[in-house]
Amino acid sequence: MAAVGSAEVTVRARGVSRPWRFLAGAFLVGALLVGLGVGPVDIGVSAIVESALSHLPFLHVHSPLSSLDEAVLWQIRAPRVVLAAIVGGMLAIAGSSYQGVFHNPLADPYLLGVAAGAGLGATLAIAYGHVGHSGQLLPLSAFIGGLAAVGATYVLGRSAGSVRVVGSFVLAGVTVTLFLTAIQTFVQQQHSNTLRDVYAWILGGFSTANWSQVEVAAPYVAVSSIAIVLHRRMLDVLSVGDEEAASLGVNVPRLRLVLVIAATAGTAAAVSVSGLIAFVGIIVPHTIRLLVSTSYRAVVPLSFVVGAGFLVLADVLARTIVSPAELPIGVVTAFFGAPFFAVVLRSARTMR
Amino acid sequence: MIELRDLAVRFGSTEAVRDLSLEVANDEWVMLIGPNGAGKTSVLRALCGLLPFDGAARVDGRDVRTFGRRELARLMAFVPQNPTTPSELTVAEYVLLGRTPHLGYLGVDGRRDRKAVAQALERLDLLPFAKRGLGSLSGGELQRAVLARALAQEAPILLLDEPTTSLDLGRQQQALELIDSLRRDGLTVLSTMHDLTLAGQYADRLVLLDRGTVAVEGSPSEVLSAANLAAYYGASVRIVSDEAGLFVLPTRR
Repeated sequence: MAAVGSAEVTVRARGVSRPWRFLAGAFLVGALLVGLGVGPVDIGVSAIVESALSHLPFLHVHSPLSSLDEAVLWQIRAPRVVLAAIVGGMLAIAGSSYQGVFHNPLADPYLLGVAAGAGLGATLAIAYGHVGHSGQLLPLSAFIGGLAAVGATYVLGRSAGSVRVVGSFVLAGVTVTLFLTAIQTFVQQQHSNTLRDVYAWILGGFSTANWSQVEVAAPYVAVSSIAIVLHRRMLDVLSVGDEEAASLGVNVPRLRLVLVIAATAGTAAAVSVSGLIAFVGIIVPHTIRLLVSTSYRAVVPLSFVVGAGFLVLADVLARTIVSPAELPIGVVTAFFGAPFFAVVLRSARTMR
Repeated sequence: MIELRDLAVRFGSTEAVRDLSLEVANDEWVMLIGPNGAGKTSVLRALCGLLPFDGAARVDGRDVRTFGRRELARLMAFVPQNPTTPSELTVAEYVLLGRTPHLGYLGVDGRRDRKAVAQALERLDLLPFAKRGLGSLSGGELQRAVLARALAQEAPILLLDEPTTSLDLGRQQQALELIDSLRRDGLTVLSTMHDLTLAGQYADRLVLLDRGTVAVEGSPSEVLSAANLAAYYGASVRIVSDEAGLFVLPTRR
């Protein structure tokens, strides 16, 4: 029995080991500081920290910044950085969840039609609601469109058959996406004056970020992410397939529904305030799989942290490279993310 | 004790299993044999709640449909013919999945679970492999990892679908010896089996299924006759027996 006692040590699921936890946390904090500090007015790290402390009660720290710089930091940059962080974290954690739920490494948060639904919602709002690129109607309409599209996919996928459930949901997602994209294109053609606004929204970005957008998206992102993090062990169980997971006592259809609802609600909220930002939901979880661990105990929580930092940095590049103009953030995530991922892919192969 | 009465399993309009009645005593090893498509796998899957069925299926007198999913998984461990073994999971992580029915819905494994896993690993001589990825294991080692996962489930009933598939002859014998040795800890085993000679040597009792129902059942020497195998498998065989057991030898017509 002594052997068993000592063996207990070896029986551990690899969660997030301490060095990786530290590294991921440092990456996010670093990204946030860069995001707050870099811009037309450069603000140093110590100034940011002191200014932040000056807003806390009882500390009696005085901000070293002028009132103008204070406004730039807290009313323009901070909401933008925070919004990029919660959107990036949400897209990455939703992507990791979809990949586990659908046993599909190429699944991204838009798999079930969120993007097409939100795109149609946004287009309708722009074409008939006479809103500009900002305003409250646009995000609301995109949010509802995204949820409705995934709802339609779910109903269609379930009626399509229970035998190969996973496949039928993915195919239903493709069907719904094609159908809604057709409607969206039609509406766009009928209102060609909206093309520019719709296109700008679809490319995504944070140029209009403000605290009210953070307030809109944050509750959904928080609830969704926490729900997914709580299910990280269940995602590992799903990796042995639906039938074996069921033989281990798991209610697979219900588990899948819960995770899809969580990932979809969070994604729809993220998309409604940021547009369609591709790539984050695939590249971040896979980078973690290749570098840290394939267990969802590690992939899920790290996806949020790393996804948040990644999108903050991508946004910094989007607003500085061609300053004072801005690049669409989707261009940045793909242009810098793809080569980075190629390097990770190659080095991971030689490591094995 | 497992008790099946007039079991019927349907896939659409085809009946995979019909009027099947069968009992397995505690600590017994019963093997289901029969030609392809006879319904062997469907019986196992129905019993452990993966397929809807008509008729009765009881364990210790209680209808299996009255058990909750997790309760059922604590009662029976099912090993499919081709288990999914994600190549990146370590052996320890994989075996730990067997603890799922013992954990709360969102629960995380504790000391007791890790101890059960360590015991299962030790029982199957897998301790040195605990940290290895499943993808780096040989077929025989992989089969042991799958058995370890079932063992970690700590279920008194083991349902094995073709436990020797894709193993070489020596590994087949080792796997069966291993299952036999696990029974000493008190384990009821119901398995399907392709190889009739091995079935005859390891089973306490054989049940020959044909077109979804029991055709012949009894001791290996009763079931494995040239006449039975000709009638139900359409096979031409010679049965040879000596003190070591019974051998089913195919002969060319």
